[in-house]
Amino acid sequence: MAKTEIKLTVNGQEVAGTVEPRTLLIHFLREQLNLTGAHIGCETSHCGACTVDLNGKSVKSCTVFAVQADGGKLLTVEGMAQGGELHPLQAAFAEDHGLQCGYCTPGMLIRAQRLLQENPDPSEEEIRWGISGNLCRCTGYQNIVKAIRNAAQAMRQKEAAE
Amino acid sequence: MSETQTETQTETAAEREAALGGIGCDKQRKEDARFIRGQGNYVDDIKLPNMVFGDFVRSPHAHARIKSIDAEKAKAVPGVIAVLTADDLKPLNLHWMPTLAGDTQAVLADEKVHFQNQEVAFVIAEDRYAAADGIQLVEVEYEELPVLIDPKAALEDDAPILREDVKDNDEVGQGPRRHPNHIFNWQSGDKDATDRAFDGAAVTVMEEMFYQRVHPAPIETCGCVASMDPVGGRLTLYGTFQAPHVVRTVVSLISGLAESNIRVVSPDVGGGFGNKVGPYPGYVCAVVGSIVLGRPVKWIESRIDNISTTAFARDYHMSCELAADKDGRITGLRANVLADHGAFNTHAQPMKWPAGFFNIVTGSYDIPAAHVTVDGVYTNKAPGGVAYRCSFRVAEAAYLIERMLDVLAQKVGVDKAEIRLRNFIKAEQFPYQSCLGWEYDSGDYTTALKQAMAAVGYDDLRKEQAEKRARGELMGIGIATFTEIVGAGPSRNCDILGIKMFESCEIRVHPTGSAIARLGTKSTGQGHETTYAQIIASEIGIPSDLITVEEGDTDTAPYGLGTYGSRTTPVGAAAAVRAGRKIREKAKKIAAHMLEVSESDLEWDVDRFTVKGVPDLSATMKDIAMAAYSNLPEGLEPGLEVVDYYDPPNMTYPFGAYICVVDIDRHTGEVSVRKFYALDDCGTRINPMIIEGQVHGGLTEAFAIAMGQEIVYDEIGNVLGASLLDYFLPTAVETPHWETDFTVTPSPHHPIGAKGVGESPNVGGVPALSNAIVDAFAHLDVTHMPMPHTAWRVWQTCHELGIDK
Amino acid sequence: MIPANFEYHRPGSIDEAISLLTEHGEDGRVLAGGHSLIPMMKLRLAEPGHLIDLNGVEGLRSIAEVEGAIHIGAMTTQAEIIASDDLAARCPILREAAKLIADPQVRACGTIGGNVANGDPGNDLPAVMMALDASFVLRGPGGERSLAARGFYEGPFETARDDDEILTALRLPALAAGQGQAYCKLKRKVGDYAIAAAAVVLSMDGGTCSQAAVALTNLGITPLYAEAASAALTGTAVDAAAIEAAVEAAVAITDPAADLRGPVAYRRHVAGVMTRRAIETARARATGG
Repeated sequence: MAKTEIKLTVNGQEVAGTVEPRTLLIHFLREQLNLTGAHIGCETSHCGACTVDLNGKSVKSCTVFAVQADGGKLLTVEGMAQGGELHPLQAAFAEDHGLQCGYCTPGMLIRAQRLLQENPDPSEEEIRWGISGNLCRCTGYQNIVKAIRNAAQAMRQKEAAE
Repeated sequence: MSETQTETQTETAAEREAALGGIGCDKQRKEDARFIRGQGNYVDDIKLPNMVFGDFVRSPHAHARIKSIDAEKAKAVPGVIAVLTADDLKPLNLHWMPTLAGDTQAVLADEKVHFQNQEVAFVIAEDRYAAADGIQLVEVEYEELPVLIDPKAALEDDAPILREDVKDNDEVGQGPRRHPNHIFNWQSGDKDATDRAFDGAAVTVMEEMFYQRVHPAPIETCGCVASMDPVGGRLTLYGTFQAPHVVRTVVSLISGLAESNIRVVSPDVGGGFGNKVGPYPGYVCAVVGSIVLGRPVKWIESRIDNISTTAFARDYHMSCELAADKDGRITGLRANVLADHGAFNTHAQPMKWPAGFFNIVTGSYDIPAAHVTVDGVYTNKAPGGVAYRCSFRVAEAAYLIERMLDVLAQKVGVDKAEIRLRNFIKAEQFPYQSCLGWEYDSGDYTTALKQAMAAVGYDDLRKEQAEKRARGELMGIGIATFTEIVGAGPSRNCDILGIKMFESCEIRVHPTGSAIARLGTKSTGQGHETTYAQIIASEIGIPSDLITVEEGDTDTAPYGLGTYGSRTTPVGAAAAVRAGRKIREKAKKIAAHMLEVSESDLEWDVDRFTVKGVPDLSATMKDIAMAAYSNLPEGLEPGLEVVDYYDPPNMTYPFGAYICVVDIDRHTGEVSVRKFYALDDCGTRINPMIIEGQVHGGLTEAFAIAMGQEIVYDEIGNVLGASLLDYFLPTAVETPHWETDFTVTPSPHHPIGAKGVGESPNVGGVPALSNAIVDAFAHLDVTHMPMPHTAWRVWQTCHELGIDK
Repeated sequence: MIPANFEYHRPGSIDEAISLLTEHGEDGRVLAGGHSLIPMMKLRLAEPGHLIDLNGVEGLRSIAEVEGAIHIGAMTTQAEIIASDDLAARCPILREAAKLIADPQVRACGTIGGNVANGDPGNDLPAVMMALDASFVLRGPGGERSLAARGFYEGPFETARDDDEILTALRLPALAAGQGQAYCKLKRKVGDYAIAAAAVVLSMDGGTCSQAAVALTNLGITPLYAEAASAALTGTAVDAAAIEAAVEAAVAITDPAADLRGPVAYRRHVAGVMTRRAIETARARATGG
């Protein structure tokens, strides 16, 4: 099948690539852009390990064709730290033991980041509902929820101070 | 003396200990730095030059002869390089491979298929897209055969014979068998003494319980990259391996390549839970493909392939009888098990234990007589079974005994906590010889249960339950007071393919006072880079931040049997401690030389040797490290480096007391877990934060098993529910909130008294949940309900009782 | 995991989309949110030769109120439906039902149009639309027409939409005075299809039900409009007896498949439970309770 050129912004950088129409965004990211933070955990769009932020939305990149992202703006876990400084969510996950094997973590972080943008002060229930598209087998979610709450608080305090 | 000695002289011992970041502190994990940045290095992240991709053509049928395989159309797909079938593997004698259980398993189906989705051909292509296209076009002609799904029918005279390849064998690696579909019979205990106990019993109870077939399903599936260097003759195999050295030995045995020419690397692994212990056809085909093509071959399985073909867990059809006096004091236990192993026995367990350590089934209780029989059979299902977040068959045993305690309690009308207190092995009885042959190292079950009961307000909960029952509401209280047996294992009774189940640790201290440690275990999320550093820091007085821990590369790590069955802490940590003490032993000689005293004048103080009575005169480990390379006594070799291989004298016995409260909607059968309180005793606690994380995770896996996981086959062997649409992995919404607590009863035989904890919550969590659900109906004379406790099953009980309207 | 090959089109206008659909006939499929179609393509259960991406088409994403009726563009996502406070006030069942669909990431992409046009008896919004007596605006080469949701569903993945038509908008009534709406869904976990779900829209006028509509999700080969159940409530006080009759009538039309969610007897039983709960909730909301 004829390949097509796509251009998009990934983590603030302009990138280009050549893909088949059927090339899944997750494969474009991992194989062509070498951004291997987003992972594959299933083929039925359930696990959420592939979650990225596309045009301001948390999206399962295994269920989007790369061509659909043409002209779009993408954020992956590799782009969360700014100028060498960790995003408060990344710091909180480490501090609160919100990860064990690390495989679901990039998807969780990116999803949590968008969740906090949509709702800067979520309750525990809202957090659990907000990450219900991301499966984890190691942590039982409890420390992930704690980390997100703590990060949200840190981010609100920082914004109040500014 | 050095300057550093004067600077640190003002710090107290407590401050110095805190600075070490050793045992007992909530040290943040070193491995997190890469994971939170998305810089983990998992198998599918690995890209080698010239790498190709392979995947399988799989059988749609559960039992069929293969009449023909035509790969011509597949080979014509642009990008497809080769298609391997059993015929291609025959000249290498790799179409079958030995299993860890003494059986053989097909790598690629040889003339017949034995389970749905069994591997039939391996398509290798330039990329995974071309491989997927190629797989669609391989044409296989089958002749269907009668399917055997019900293990109870496996041993009938007219049962179809599944394993024609071994049908004339008297044994398949586990002793004599009595039918072509029979694998083994294993027994433990004193049958006569048990019969006598039952003959004289005031009370007997009997239940049949099925522990359903489930699968560990870590978020990362299995996979590998095999890279054969045709010039040097060396094979490098990256893979999702919980036991990399075992894989290296197995690959050597089946391929004929010397182990010195094989490097196995487990990089970061996204969860194991027992799924990643044994060798799979994908690994073998990738290796063969690489050898044949001279290019690296990557295989990464899909989720459906993972759940439906890699080793399942459980699938134990059990029946149990207890004999007791009128007060519920147990006098005898009988258990019979029919173990469904699927098409090949690929259980990953110590060889002499075809039913694992199922004979821990007397649990936390002082039972004088017991007898256990387990029969394994073949069926047309995926092969297995592995220990899914438990020690070998301990989950099955704990479920059985904990459920039976409740059954007995209901029969004799004794409270479910009280009956446990009456039957517990008492603290004074340790070390305790169980009547089925295990020596329990230490325990204090009574204290644990009482602490748990006080914490949840047990008496108030029972009052509340009585009030709710009067109003027709369903509320259940579930207790599980389990004892696990972990840390395989002593050389006298544990081996895998003849190799004893020791563990190893190598430590090398560098001149400027930091160190590297390499071990034979393998973390798949448990934080070994941090916890081993903490343990070693406490032994050698170098801060854990300055101790690099490596696992998983067989070229550098000393031989180990890997991580599963919670063996890292009981066996691996012991090796690390002993290695640390060997370092200290040599360091003492160097310190004596530095301080110009004799060794007997020295004592160890957190991070230094001081001269007895002269605290100002000391040598820190940091100073000693430099001296090991620059200022040695006569006759002592330079360097500060050791290796320790630890053969554990015994298993360890972590235990717990869990209490669970559920409320049940009698109209829909939905179960709501209102409270779950988990008290664990794993002896000495290395990193409380990590322990708590392990308990949360293990309880969540228990919740998944108890409430929804099952792999089901229809009558013609179609596997149902193998995708995440159906296979229950709970989200953060369904997962309950977990409360954790602990007691500390050290193991007397472990160098630091630690027992291991990673799997206890899965072992104890399932019966706690199940007991709670059955308890909700106990006043209506329900004694047992099958797992998983899906809403529809719970509703069936409500419906049969006429309370669902 | 890997779909078969196809040609990708990204039209900028609805007419361009329609002409592509007409050109490619059976071999063409529109791509809306993609979270029903793409998973099927990855398992190779669907292999369209041409995908027509509607995400670039102007004018399909909107929520507006026009003369007491709510108009929603077909490409409006579930997330947008949930986020709209106006919509939650004017048609509360939509937010309630949308929140029960799939998970946050799927809802960020999944569209209301896709959910109602797919013809999947497991999708949630068809029953909601039937309970609301919504209509669907379809546009084809011959022009535009409007079809009622009730009667739109003909079989599994078969609807009254012609192959060369595209659903462009949904029209539904705004919440009337004295009306209560409820969607009750029983599921195994977040992200799962319903074991059983019921949508109820009913109006109370001085203690008597002046209008009632009951519809069911995932309990047959199509989403089901429970006409007899609806009639059993109309004109009554929606008391215990009326509810009982309605529940019985609703269950009577269910013909669920037995699957891992439960045996047929269970599915039918909980269909009744969900119907009852939806009726009771809608009634309470109708009277401001």
